[in-house]
Amino acid sequence: MQRTTLDLWVGAFVVAGIAALVVLALKVGNLSTYNVSETYQVTAYFTNVGGLKPTASVRSAGVLVGRVDSIVLDTDRYEAKVAISVDRRYQFPKDTFANILTSGLLGEQYIGLIPGGDEEVLKDGGVFRKTQSAMVLEDLIGKFLFSQADSKE
Amino acid sequence: MPLINSVRGVGHRVVGSIWRLGVAARFLAMTLMQSGVSFRRFQLIVREMFSSGVMSLIIIGVAGLFVGMVLGLQGFETLKRYGSESALGSLVALSLVRELGPVLAALLFASRAGSAMTAEIGLMKATEQIAAMEMMAVSPIARVVAPRFWAGVISMPLLAAMFSAMGVFGGYIVGVVMIGVDEGSFWSQMQGSVDFRNDIINGVIKSFVFGVAVTVIALFEGFDAPPTAEGVSGATTRTVVESSLAILMLDFILTAFMFRGV
Amino acid sequence: MSEQALVEIRDVNFSYDRRPVLNGINMSFGKGKVIAVMGGSGCGKTTLFRLIGGALRPTRGEVRIDGKVIHDLDDKGLYEMRRKMGVLFQFGALFTDMSVFDNVAFQMREHTDLPEEIIHDLVMMKLHAVGLRGTHQLMPAELSGGMARRVALARTIALDPMLILYDEPFAGLDPISLSVVGQLIRKLNDALGTTSVVVTHDVQESLKIVDYVYFISDGVIRAEGTPDEIRASSDPFVHQFVHGEVDGPLPFHYPVATTYAQDMGVKS
Repeated sequence: MQRTTLDLWVGAFVVAGIAALVVLALKVGNLSTYNVSETYQVTAYFTNVGGLKPTASVRSAGVLVGRVDSIVLDTDRYEAKVAISVDRRYQFPKDTFANILTSGLLGEQYIGLIPGGDEEVLKDGGVFRKTQSAMVLEDLIGKFLFSQADSKE
Repeated sequence: MPLINSVRGVGHRVVGSIWRLGVAARFLAMTLMQSGVSFRRFQLIVREMFSSGVMSLIIIGVAGLFVGMVLGLQGFETLKRYGSESALGSLVALSLVRELGPVLAALLFASRAGSAMTAEIGLMKATEQIAAMEMMAVSPIARVVAPRFWAGVISMPLLAAMFSAMGVFGGYIVGVVMIGVDEGSFWSQMQGSVDFRNDIINGVIKSFVFGVAVTVIALFEGFDAPPTAEGVSGATTRTVVESSLAILMLDFILTAFMFRGV
Repeated sequence: MSEQALVEIRDVNFSYDRRPVLNGINMSFGKGKVIAVMGGSGCGKTTLFRLIGGALRPTRGEVRIDGKVIHDLDDKGLYEMRRKMGVLFQFGALFTDMSVFDNVAFQMREHTDLPEEIIHDLVMMKLHAVGLRGTHQLMPAELSGGMARRVALARTIALDPMLILYDEPFAGLDPISLSVVGQLIRKLNDALGTTSVVVTHDVQESLKIVDYVYFISDGVIRAEGTPDEIRASSDPFVHQFVHGEVDGPLPFHYPVATTYAQDMGVKS
């Protein structure tokens, strides 16, 4: 008699805890935006990925269309090889531009896709031919300082 | 001479604490080895989850709500300077899920449930209940310590998740409802920056580790307490102090491992 | 009555660190008897008690229970032996987080696979034996000191032990509860055919119920005998103890090196 109410409380406690975890996972985290729908894999090479990280978003016209799976250094070309999963619902022309962009001044880096005009579309295993690397703030500041120093002399 | 004596005193203390640490480790090993009974009779764990988990609900919920509200206010003031108020959601959520949720929930758990565990076991020892159990051929480690240990270890991640969820809600109330940050960007920025594996799962792992640390310290201090009124009160104080320090130190170590380079 | 001894204590010495507590103790507790071990506070009674329970190891000598040397048993053997022992602690040591019923049922649930209906009947029998069947739903905190002691007694006899140890069963009880507990100890011992060892300093009550008495002082046995022998004893130590005299072989004053006059600053 006394035990069942206690069980009820503990059960409610566990349910509340798991519910909190689910809320965190779906509402706060990005689990819901991990697409359960089918994806196809494409690759892009960048001379510098900057602060891009795996699971970073891939957007086209601001819409989330995919995610970065992995980033490795390709030792044949000495460039960063970025594997990307793109939602199967979205098809992109072969000459689509892949740029590493930053959301806001201090925001996260993501890959922005700007479609080209080619009639053929990228298939599974395809490669972005045109890419633009990340803007690295330090480089910019370095260049700026150098130019300042040069002009003073 | 006084110098030598004080050096000797320090040495004694160091050796003494290492000794105690060893005993505590053996205590944990014994608890783990004698946990079979608790899982065969899950009712034992459920009973203890009531006193450690359910009874901590209110303090965890209220504290989480207010911490989230403070984060909302302070975060807004800071972000406003850079014109990125829309990042408020990700600031609130990331700081809660990664750090404040697990750490503050564990600190509250240590002072609410941990101290109660120490006092309860210390009193059981002082009133010879532990000795009585031993003389009845029932291992107090299996019957008294292990169920409390597992109840704490199970409750801690759940409490931390509730703390974080309440905190996010508090941040939402202050940021969106009261200050008027755009609701859409609040949630989307949050979802864009909080990663399930890196942030949420790591937060859960953290709170699990804290749960182990706090309950082991609390149970060991209770079991090791001198069976007198001062002994029990001293042990209760030590539980809160030691587990708070342990939480903060472990947090640093875990953070260094988990979020390095992310 | 057969003089077969259940507990045999031979030549036992015990010291905490280097402080001797017991010194060459020899005792023998016959089956079915109630034995009292008496002595002033701090005379080593509790130590003796813990030696019999196997919680401590004698420095020298041996403690045999039912033919087995208790301090040579491994953990399993010791637990096996303790299942056949019941211990009543000084203030009952009831589990404060369980009801009276659950306290008495505790060992049955831990050590047997009996179905709940049988446990219920057994618990009621044990509680009835101590006259407290009506309290089974109460929590220990709701009981008076004497009632708690009796519930603890019911818990002690839950698994029908062959040896029951009583640690100060009379401490802090009113005269009525004291007689009740005393009578229960005797009655339960005879009804269950167990052997009981009562460690106490309550001389009058224990002399009424026991078969044999040992007096311990300063770690040695000062006197022993049946209650009648003890009452008639001319030994000054026993006389002082039985009649509760303030001064005697055990002095009233803690030994001091200085005289009272010196301490009071009186110049001689």
